[in-house]
Amino acid sequence: MARSGDGPKVISANRLDTGAVVWLGAGDSWVEPLSAASVFEGDEVAAALVRAKAAERANRIVDANPVEIELVDGRPEPVRARERIRAKGPSVRADLGYQAGQFS
Amino acid sequence: MSGLYRYDELDRRFLAERVEQFRRQVERRLAGELTEEEFRPLRLMNGLYLQLHAYMLRIAVPYGVLSSAQMRALAAIGRRHDRGYGHFTTRQNLQFNWIKLVDVPEILGALAAVDMHAIQTSGNCIRNVTTDQFAGAAPDEAVDPRVYGEILRQWSTLHPEFTFLPRKFKIAITGSPHDRAALAIHDVALRAKAGADGAVCFEVYVGGGLGRSPFLAKLLNDQVAEQDIIAYLEAVLRIYNQYGRRDNIYKARIKILVHEVGVDKLREQIEAEFDRIRGPKFRLDPEIVETIRAHFAPPPFDTLPAESVAFEQARTADPEFARWCRSNLAPHRQTGYAGVTITLKPTGGIPGDITSEQMEAVADLADRFSFGEVRPSHEQNLIFAHVRKNDLHALWIELRRHDLATANAGLIGDIIACPGLDYCALANARSIPLAQQISERFADLDRQHDIGELKIKMSGCINACGHHHVGHIGILGVDKQGVENYQITIGGDATETAALGQVLGPAVKYDEVTDTVEKLVEFYLEQRRAGERFIDTVARIGVRPFKERVYGSAA
Repeated sequence: MARSGDGPKVISANRLDTGAVVWLGAGDSWVEPLSAASVFEGDEVAAALVRAKAAERANRIVDANPVEIELVDGRPEPVRARERIRAKGPSVRADLGYQAGQFS
Repeated sequence: MSGLYRYDELDRRFLAERVEQFRRQVERRLAGELTEEEFRPLRLMNGLYLQLHAYMLRIAVPYGVLSSAQMRALAAIGRRHDRGYGHFTTRQNLQFNWIKLVDVPEILGALAAVDMHAIQTSGNCIRNVTTDQFAGAAPDEAVDPRVYGEILRQWSTLHPEFTFLPRKFKIAITGSPHDRAALAIHDVALRAKAGADGAVCFEVYVGGGLGRSPFLAKLLNDQVAEQDIIAYLEAVLRIYNQYGRRDNIYKARIKILVHEVGVDKLREQIEAEFDRIRGPKFRLDPEIVETIRAHFAPPPFDTLPAESVAFEQARTADPEFARWCRSNLAPHRQTGYAGVTITLKPTGGIPGDITSEQMEAVADLADRFSFGEVRPSHEQNLIFAHVRKNDLHALWIELRRHDLATANAGLIGDIIACPGLDYCALANARSIPLAQQISERFADLDRQHDIGELKIKMSGCINACGHHHVGHIGILGVDKQGVENYQITIGGDATETAALGQVLGPAVKYDEVTDTVEKLVEFYLEQRRAGERFIDTVARIGVRPFKERVYGSAA
């Protein structure tokens, strides 16, 4: 069940040049597997978003947004179906997207 | 080749310049000389969206006609730049879902090489004009709508006054009394017909549209002369451009203007503008019409008997073929020919999806069996408009080899579904997996044929790309506190007896949708009288009995 709140978040975006879904990771790098995303809580979220917007202005990524997650076995799992699908790939094509090991 | 409009040098030079223009825009964006805010409208004007997984490129198929060469070019793009497949939409267009921005100039160049582009498949402009997939072939057709589809394409392409309308603007056109182009749900719809003097004239309808506020189009004028049609449409667009709302995106379509002002008042304004501007500038020159009509001359049909012995023998000998013939053939105006619907709806498949290999197979078969022409329909299928009855069995065998011969055109397995939450950034819920579930539940083709005509249309959000409001059974995905729920309507109709479906009851959960559809179908089968289709039974007994079957008598 999805819900809004102050829980942990990751920062999501798309690469400008390829459109690939990416997540803000260690050292402010943009990483493709969600499992490598940095998890932010509380005030860290706003600070991370500031850094993400800087990456937007630097024309590396577009559409940076915080995404609510739960930690499942220590790994981030988006709360909303939309972000779960972005993280994995189409639910109807298990052979496509990150769920199939396709990285740009 | 007849049946296909050929670009002239002016068209080709324009497209080449446009590709180079966008190539430079992409370079400037990647170099940081353009911000995303500056670039977004430029990419959208070239059909390029950013969706859930990547960029999505929507390619225009003007009035839904493709040559085999164009189909092969699409297959090559799918293989080289996407993931080996494309998706035909309810706008008769094709979308690629996994496009890289850096590749788009090359893709647009490849499209331009076969007289194609992605212009005006997005943005607040006049979008790609759609029409009857059996144009030039249907026995009931009075006027070939492709001629006027091409005229409208030329008129509306980069029209300087109508590039920044309050909202997008969709035009559909038919030349038949039977509506296969869903006229009633378009901003403007034209029905070409022969007037009292035998000359071509048009019924003009306005204000149809689905989305958050669905309306069926209303008759604006029942007899606009051919020479006046451009002036009349100019007048419609000018009044809309002037008075259409720009303060609220949900109230910006012309349907809202029609609803708020009233069609009679709007007609006064439009016809005053029409009277003011009609004249040499906008008069449609008969010579131009005839020049364009020549592009759509009938292909070189063989002279054939009405009955094909080979066809009848094959139908008698092969029940599977006979079943496909019952659902997937359309009558043809030329003796000895038939129209063929290739449904992109295999059992459990994704509606509208087609692999590059299938595209190439279809292109080869089009060359062999249908004058090198393929037509995507708004129902997300492909049409061979002109096939010799003698060839139908051979065609069916070839289609079957490529998993393209499902005998379900117009039946419950022939589901329209938008990409939904699996691909689309606007969606609230998934639609494709439910279409797959329903398709699998009704996998028995004999059962589908027994049920008869039943059109399920499904959208993953209120924008209604899947036309759910006019589905015999409409399914709309909604987000309820992060959970996918589905509102079901019944009794919708997209044809000349157009109707908006009525809500059955409270939304149901994802896992309940297929069972609900099956309950509706079973109840229909119990209640139907001889010859009644699903929507006929709904019309006769009303929604309430269906509602009680689904929700119980307390509903």
